[in-house]
Amino acid sequence: MLGYVIRRLVLAVFVLWGVATAVFAIVRLVPADPALLIAGSDASPEQLATLREKMGLDESIIVQYGKFLGGAMTGDFGDSFQQRVPAMDLIAQVLPNTALLAVLACALALVLSFPLGLLASLRVNGLVDRIVTTGSLFTQALPNFWIGVVLLLVFSRKLKWLPSVGLDSPKNLILPTIVLALPFVSVLTRMIRNGLLEVMGEGYIQTARAKGLLERTVIFPHAIRNAAIPVVTIVGLQFGTLLGGAAVTETVFTFPGIGRLLVLSLQGRDYNVAQACVLVIAAVFVLINLVVDLTYGFLDPRVRLAK
Amino acid sequence: MTKTQPGTAPSASPTDAPLLSVQDLTVEFSTAAGVARALRNVSFDVRAGETLAVLGESGCGKSTIAQSIMALLPKPAGSIVGGKILYGGRDLAAERIPAVRELCGTEIAMIFQDPLSSLNPVFRVGAQLAEPFRRRLGMGRREAWAKSLELLKRVGIPDAETRIRDYPHQFSGGQRQRIMIAMALALKPKLLIADEPTTALDVTIQKQVLSLLADLQAETGMAMILISHDLGVVADVATRAAIMYAGRIVETGAVRDMYDHPAHPYTKGLLESIPSQTSIGGRLKPIVGSPPNLLDLPSGCAFNPRCPFATDLCREQVPALRTPTTWPAGHEAACHLSEEVLTHA
Amino acid sequence: MTATAPAPAPAVNATMRHARRARRGVTVRIVVPLVVIGLIVVGAIVVPLVYHYDPLHADLLARLKPPGTVTSDGGTAILGTDQIGSDLFAQIMAGARVSLLVGVATLVISGVVGLALGLLAGHFGGWLDAALMRIADVQLAFPSILLAILVASVLGQGVGNIIIVLSISNWVVFARVARSQVLGLKNREYVEAARALGAGNWHLMFRTLLPGCMAPVIVVATTQFAQVILTEASLSFLGVGVPLGTPSLGSTIYNGTQYLSTAWWISTLPGIVLVILMLAFGILGDALRDKFDPRLRSA
Repeated sequence: MLGYVIRRLVLAVFVLWGVATAVFAIVRLVPADPALLIAGSDASPEQLATLREKMGLDESIIVQYGKFLGGAMTGDFGDSFQQRVPAMDLIAQVLPNTALLAVLACALALVLSFPLGLLASLRVNGLVDRIVTTGSLFTQALPNFWIGVVLLLVFSRKLKWLPSVGLDSPKNLILPTIVLALPFVSVLTRMIRNGLLEVMGEGYIQTARAKGLLERTVIFPHAIRNAAIPVVTIVGLQFGTLLGGAAVTETVFTFPGIGRLLVLSLQGRDYNVAQACVLVIAAVFVLINLVVDLTYGFLDPRVRLAK
Repeated sequence: MTKTQPGTAPSASPTDAPLLSVQDLTVEFSTAAGVARALRNVSFDVRAGETLAVLGESGCGKSTIAQSIMALLPKPAGSIVGGKILYGGRDLAAERIPAVRELCGTEIAMIFQDPLSSLNPVFRVGAQLAEPFRRRLGMGRREAWAKSLELLKRVGIPDAETRIRDYPHQFSGGQRQRIMIAMALALKPKLLIADEPTTALDVTIQKQVLSLLADLQAETGMAMILISHDLGVVADVATRAAIMYAGRIVETGAVRDMYDHPAHPYTKGLLESIPSQTSIGGRLKPIVGSPPNLLDLPSGCAFNPRCPFATDLCREQVPALRTPTTWPAGHEAACHLSEEVLTHA
Repeated sequence: MTATAPAPAPAVNATMRHARRARRGVTVRIVVPLVVIGLIVVGAIVVPLVYHYDPLHADLLARLKPPGTVTSDGGTAILGTDQIGSDLFAQIMAGARVSLLVGVATLVISGVVGLALGLLAGHFGGWLDAALMRIADVQLAFPSILLAILVASVLGQGVGNIIIVLSISNWVVFARVARSQVLGLKNREYVEAARALGAGNWHLMFRTLLPGCMAPVIVVATTQFAQVILTEASLSFLGVGVPLGTPSLGSTIYNGTQYLSTAWWISTLPGIVLVILMLAFGILGDALRDKFDPRLRSA
């Protein structure tokens, strides 16, 4: 188990380093001079030079890279060009909102997909199964920003049941949560259905039945516990898609989250903030996958107890 | 086929009544390639305390018998299309699945071929052993755990107090099968169906597991259906045997009688292909040809393409089980030419 | 023998019928999406020409007209007009043109690059394989749309840039599929035979291994096409995609969000076209997978 944890940790650090390097390299491609962006076009050459020096832009690319990595490790990504406050402060304001949204969407997806997947697997080609299969095909074809706009149109503009923008009341969370959860539900439901179908053919299910257990007990916990193992991995991977989707969804609903902060800072060419956003999202994603990998070990004793 | 069951004495006193009586059982599987008849008019009895061996090649329908009795036929592909499974005055073939499951564990229990895949990998063996006590008898956690420990000790798991907290993958193959046996016997069933219980095990372990089964049988007085493809394995354990070929019982009788005087060419072929039956340096005599395709059986006796005795009659007419003329009752074979086969030996 | 046996003949027929129906189902699931995609392709090429569509032309009198309005020049705006008076139908089809163009170009670039790198990695193994697969791991361990947003905004708006961005995030998928396929084929007899006959690395990779990779690559390409189109629309929706003045389904939907209360059609209708495209490619991908390789079936 210890070797397993160490391997996972090394991979996580490697991924974070890779993302940080990629982000650094990408931002260096910017044709615009960051100093010019901050100081404004009416700044004198002297002002620009001092600002460049202050920002470390006059140093060699290697030194800049080293400082960037060092800063990233301590959570120091420099100041926002636009708002003149540390980039991390801006992120700290909005990150909890996105986290709340992501957790709600995950919870909604899990709550919906477990019963749906279970019902579909009990009767292959039955009514629920057909609805689930067709439904997941459709939901995967729905662009999340478009479905967001349509829900906004119907529920807040036409029916006036829900507020449309911002985050003033818990009601603001309803539509973004649904939009984020939709693709997740379809992937998870299919996963649970197929997983259960596979597990139900296993020998230990026969054993459980031969013990005379009720079918309910055969499914829960015998089948579910085994079918849940691959589902946990998918939840981790899908969480990444969810965070990526948050950038788009938050923009649709003008939701004050990290995804919208990223989009706004990119539109304003505020690269310190953008860098920080990408790296923070990457870190959260890597962390969640680490937790998932470790949970995997907890759920499957064969992984946990392997030498 | 006659109504009389193989070995049924006409004077049926209540104590002599069979524990389980399978009559004319016919089972079909629908596959993409067509409908396969896995069992055709299979009949046999099992009496309290006795061991019946069911023998045959893989695919002959042995395991289907077990699945039919325990209502474990894969749904919706497999279904019982005819016959009866009588147990305790009830016809299990006609009962709904949950009703049959009520009997599973408490009256009839089963162990399977592969003990690794038969144990749930994510639960401790203790929890799996305790399950029958907790779920079926409603015992408390502590009491069920104690019972489980007792069982583990009884089936000979060393250091049971600590091993009860281990997971299935941490045990050896033989130990896993012992755990399966313990689990099956937890609720003291009257009949144990063992489906190839030793096939996945090393030869030395096979003997240990079989003798454990024999000991436990002597101790509890339960009846046993021992399904196997290995005639050597069952010789010492079983009292009676039924040989199956292509979904039918082709020969049935006392194990000793059958091994000494096979009345069906298939039985004879099986016995001749056991290494221990041949003197050292001698040649084994394999059965020519390959097992039949259930989707496309030959006409007449299904064994006729591989049979050295086959005549035109064998290619036209399906032989019924019968006692060969001038032969004692209780030994039956489904062969037109049993008399010839017997003298040939 | 007691009469318990129902005639097996009808059951056999039922099973055969089922198999036949399943086969026919696959054909339908291939033909129907292809027809739909074909119609959209034709529409994307022809409609903007017929309408003399000019994205920069504003007609303020014809702003925000609902679907079916008869315009001043006597034509009918069947899907209405947008906020600058452009015909929405023509604009959607011009947008679909950009989507399809971006999709095809991206698939060609990322497919060729990914396939080549996957072949190299699978064929030679060693450090090259290790390096490529680590890069792939890092890229897959990170939500690709974020990378796309970042790269797109740094590179600046432009159709060419979008194609580059999407190619960067898509080559990994092709490389992975090609590599795993090569690893599976490597030890087959026919590859061994070619090797034994003295075939060089080049011949082995492109004449022997490449054909074996094509079926799964085509399946993946179909599903990736839908993903690429979706990502392009998302980027354009966020304003980091196509430049102003280039019609795109994503930017049209974004423009419509300002007029949701007054002109619902601007945002909703282009989305429906997008959904139809996505559905067609999704169904096509599933059907091709069933046809070529049922083992590829996954959750």
